[in-house]
Amino acid sequence: MSKLLEVKDLRVSFNTYNGEVQAVRGVNFELNKGETLAIVGESGSGKSVTSKSLMQLLPAPQGFIKSGEILFEGQDITKLSNRAMQKIRGSEISMIFQDPMSSLNPTMKVGRQIMEGLIKHQGLSKTNAKNKSLELLKLVGIPNPEVRMTQYPHQFSGGMRQRVVIAIALACNPKVLIADEPTTALDVTIQAQILELMKGIQDETDSAIMFITHDLGVVANVADRVAVMYAGKIVEVGTTDDIFYNAKHPYTWGLLGSMPTLDDDEEELFAIPGSPPDMLNPPKGDAFAPRNEFALEIDKVMEPPMFKVSDTHYAATWLLHEDAPHIEPPEAVKRRMQGFSNTGSKDDKKK
Amino acid sequence: MARYLLKRVIYMLITLFIIATISFFLMKMLPGSPLSAADKLSPEQREVVMDKYNLNDPVPVQYVRYLANLAQGDLGLSFAFDNTPVSKILMDRIGPSAQLGAQALIFGTILGILFGLIAAISHNGVLDYTSTIIAVLGTSIPSFVFAGLLQKFLAVEWDLFPVALWGSFSHTILPTIALMIFPLATAARFTRTEMIEVLGSDFIETARAKGISEYGIIFKHGLRNALIPLVTVMGPMAVSLMTGTLVIEQIFAVPGIGKQFVDSVMVNDPPTIMGTTLLFAFLFVAIILIIDLLYVIIDPRIRLSGGK
Repeated sequence: MSKLLEVKDLRVSFNTYNGEVQAVRGVNFELNKGETLAIVGESGSGKSVTSKSLMQLLPAPQGFIKSGEILFEGQDITKLSNRAMQKIRGSEISMIFQDPMSSLNPTMKVGRQIMEGLIKHQGLSKTNAKNKSLELLKLVGIPNPEVRMTQYPHQFSGGMRQRVVIAIALACNPKVLIADEPTTALDVTIQAQILELMKGIQDETDSAIMFITHDLGVVANVADRVAVMYAGKIVEVGTTDDIFYNAKHPYTWGLLGSMPTLDDDEEELFAIPGSPPDMLNPPKGDAFAPRNEFALEIDKVMEPPMFKVSDTHYAATWLLHEDAPHIEPPEAVKRRMQGFSNTGSKDDKKK
Repeated sequence: MARYLLKRVIYMLITLFIIATISFFLMKMLPGSPLSAADKLSPEQREVVMDKYNLNDPVPVQYVRYLANLAQGDLGLSFAFDNTPVSKILMDRIGPSAQLGAQALIFGTILGILFGLIAAISHNGVLDYTSTIIAVLGTSIPSFVFAGLLQKFLAVEWDLFPVALWGSFSHTILPTIALMIFPLATAARFTRTEMIEVLGSDFIETARAKGISEYGIIFKHGLRNALIPLVTVMGPMAVSLMTGTLVIEQIFAVPGIGKQFVDSVMVNDPPTIMGTTLLFAFLFVAIILIIDLLYVIIDPRIRLSGGK
């Protein structure tokens, strides 16, 4: 697999009245052609900020990339001018937003909103752009595309609008598709449809998808690899199987444990105690330590490096150090992981 | 749409009827005589004149007669201005007022939108503060103060434009500027606030993510959405222009409706006062109707009741 996108030690901060908020603090990951990478984490963990900095859509002038590189096909796009970035946005890398109710222009016909990108990036004539938009609307499963083209967003339902947003994102056959919680605002049946649609499109176009979500159920459904973010850092990364069957970081255990399932006997839903740290003054040592029942003394003074679990699986916790005491995940989480491997993952289903 | 329009026109007529009624009775309650130099006439002479204008009839009879004439478009004869029909006076005088009002509204709004846009784009920059200061000054300083300043500097000191009176286009410039300050300031303030809000909304981010240039974002995606609330304040703006003309026309000695209105109040000429009041009222309701129709054009989400 070839590396399409490589993020090296990315740091993103926001200037506020109270000082510098370090939203992303040294993130490394790569995205390969045709794969789906899920980035999970709770609100404020920096996942959306990471995705926006890939597009350089951070709210100016407060948000800025402090350091690090974002290599897209080998070229560092953090150094590009705004004009050069405009050529990449929407054509090479495009984005699907969270809330379809507000992410379409209410006073512009849907057809024109799709055509815009085509005219700008591919230099298509109006007629050609129109025909391409019709195809796109068909591709994302919108009936009566000829009529729908001439309608305004308020004449669409939420699910249909998200299909339009996806059509806009797909218009120029982007190599990378960033989906920032694309199903969060939709109801469950529509969620499943949109996920199926995205998987189908990926099979057809072979684009790489970066899927940002806090919903582990969605992750199990779509992702090839998973990166878990906490307090602006990736704390564990691995294949979907690695994360769901063999999680090593206590935070990942907490996420898995707090996932509601139907087949559990447990009556109470597990919650990670405490709240995420204040990113104005990120804590010394491991940011998760105060909420971690397995925290070691060293967690309070020194940040854990990424320990290698396998070729595909890394986690940043001192528990993986050779001198650390051997700690098993809590029983409930263990049973969960067991349960996952019985029901099988995405890859098993494919086979 | 046709049904909606019909409904609105009927409402307009009702409004005008009410205004005509109220102003008619208010005029009747006014002290003093409508006859010029009334105190120099003998009682007999006065009777003759009063009879001539049917002023000796009971007030309800006068009212019904007035309405009947009004329904036929007859505003009566002026008592003071050489017995000219009021409608002719209004026709003769509306030209300058309409020209001033239109010029002030068009240039004021366009310049205001432009100022507001510049301010929004350079949010918290020097241009933003400059345009905010202009907007605050424009809304807080009354137009007659501006008028005086314009006359003093642009006309008297630097002799660029005529001080007053009516004639060539250059005569219209100073009154237009004095009149347009308020719409300009209002439009600038509104455009700025709305544009800043619109530029922070999700669909603008979608447009950015599509790779649209800043120009396209501001003009194709931002402006139309920012202008919708501006349409709302166009009503009060138009009204301020109308009341503004009363003062401005007086200051610049423009032979318009506003000056006519003031003059007819000065000589206490009821038919002309009634006529101008009704004309102002008509313009006002017509502008409100036009603005409501503008909404439909500019915002596809608005559907008129009974319009589908």
